Amino acid sequence: MKGLSVSKAVTALMLAGLVLLPLYSYLSGNIFILTLFTRIVILALAAASLNLIMGFGGMMSFGHAAYLGIGGYAVGMLAQEGVGSGFIQFPVALAASAVYALVIGALSLRTRGVYFIMITLAFAQMAYYVASGLARYGGDDGLTVYNRSDFSGLVNLSNRTQFYYLCLACLFGVIFLVWRIVNSRFGLVVQGLRSNEQRMQAIGFPAKRYQLACFVISGTMCGLAGALLANNTDFVSPAVMYWTRSGDLMVMVILGGMGTLFGPVMGAVVYLLLEEFLSQITEYWALIMGPLLLLIVLFGRGGIMGLLGRVGRG
Amino acid sequence: MLLVVEQFLNGLQFGLLLFLLAAGLTLVFGIMDLVNLAHGSLYMMGAYFAATFAAWTGSFLLGALLALGATLVLGIVLEMSALRHLYGRDHLDHVLATFGLILFFNEAVRLIWGPAGLALPLPAWLTVPVPILPGIHYPAYRLAIIVVALLVALLLYLGVMRTRIGMLIRAGASNREMIGALGINIKLLYTLVFGLGAALAGLAGLMQAPILTVQIGMGENILILAFVIIVIGGIGSIRGAFLAAIFVGMIDTLGRAFLPNLLREVLSGAAASTAAPALSSMLIYLLMAIVLVVRPEGLFPASRR
Repeated sequence: MKGLSVSKAVTALMLAGLVLLPLYSYLSGNIFILTLFTRIVILALAAASLNLIMGFGGMMSFGHAAYLGIGGYAVGMLAQEGVGSGFIQFPVALAASAVYALVIGALSLRTRGVYFIMITLAFAQMAYYVASGLARYGGDDGLTVYNRSDFSGLVNLSNRTQFYYLCLACLFGVIFLVWRIVNSRFGLVVQGLRSNEQRMQAIGFPAKRYQLACFVISGTMCGLAGALLANNTDFVSPAVMYWTRSGDLMVMVILGGMGTLFGPVMGAVVYLLLEEFLSQITEYWALIMGPLLLLIVLFGRGGIMGLLGRVGRG
Repeated sequence: MLLVVEQFLNGLQFGLLLFLLAAGLTLVFGIMDLVNLAHGSLYMMGAYFAATFAAWTGSFLLGALLALGATLVLGIVLEMSALRHLYGRDHLDHVLATFGLILFFNEAVRLIWGPAGLALPLPAWLTVPVPILPGIHYPAYRLAIIVVALLVALLLYLGVMRTRIGMLIRAGASNREMIGALGINIKLLYTLVFGLGAALAGLAGLMQAPILTVQIGMGENILILAFVIIVIGGIGSIRGAFLAAIFVGMIDTLGRAFLPNLLREVLSGAAASTAAPALSSMLIYLLMAIVLVVRPEGLFPASRR
């Protein structure tokens, strides 16, 4: 029980920090930190969505960044075509991600293990090339989003604080949803499939259908992160779908603790802050980050959440 | 006609080059059960080594040989220092750890050689066009790549199927505990196989270097192609990798060469010229999707799995 309380305390501290951050930014006059954390919160949302299939469902998707691009392009393209309303942009972003996830998932889930890792990777690369070929929407150079999504007075996305809280609310919403899913009958079946697919099938569960549903839910959530990200950077380009971005998301999930509710958030915060910190020390920050990842894999089983659990127990 | 023959040979050359890369990847996966994303980094290092050594020695061949040795050593060092500890771990751990290695290698290259790309100039005797058919000339260097890669493929086949080491490698792939129990130094064998894979990747990199620029990240796009190939061919199967590599090389090259014109027949000029590059990049992935739908284990699954 003590182990649980340590990780719970740290999680609570982190969440409180995230909620109070705009206050700190306001008092200290440090605007940069709010911009940085908006990005962190959005990517934490993407990591949390990946965690649903990777941590709880055992589906190692290496192409999750594709949804960031799809959500982002939905916003960017609609904005360019003169549809500025967020009430249209966001549902379209979610629907497009869901449809993509449905198609990709139906094909990818025919395979398992390494094949699954690679086929999701390849499909994301395909999406990357498609985006690069969209000459009307900037092609390789990307697409500038001149006006952020307009929610007709409900929230103003151009206001930093409001936008930050919108992202944070989305993050909390997604985590709540993941929590409900994981503890539902549906979620238990998906977790059962992670442990032993054959056994679950023998009991009579249509394995692929459950996994596909979970895959689509996760993709849709990540599409939301994509739509927010495009609004945050006022820009979307094929680079957000590049496979190293998918790798970043995986690292966040594993670093924080796969299959834990708040692990991905922790992972995103630590990974991106570390990146920021190291890049301030040296231009060659990846020289340190790379071997650090290797060490985390070799020695840090269970990520930060696992570590906190061990600290509590030991 | 000229264009068709030329593009056909280009496709063959690209396919063979992809095979060199995919062979190392599939060997390492089939035998050590290790997913090595950093394979593309070894390809990149091969190219950088070749450019550097060729500049030092003033000879392309000498530079290439030195680079080959250097990637072999680099592969062995990498295996002994880091990757050895990953055997038997979850595939996800492999993906992450080798992802970290990619970051490291890209940054190390930027630190040592700088962010600008390098060029590896060809010696004069390799730049002349060679007549292959009456009236049709083909660059000597691309022809040399085809010959070298075919030779390596043959040697690899003979080495794996006909020699004692190859027998041990195959035995290690089918049952690693048993071969260890029979008194074979499995650790050394693994290190050797990894070194071999690294050298093959390095060879692919240094041969591609004079055609493209030597630059950071050059290994990443081609690594994805190599993954597609081993997925199509069946992971762990060298024969599958060979056939799939030729297939993918052909489709990619011929698609890029002829798709724009084909599309122009059905679409308007502007639409065709925008859709063609994207569509030809997608072709291979479409192919992979089709293969996986029909045969989820690839075309030539290794018998073990």
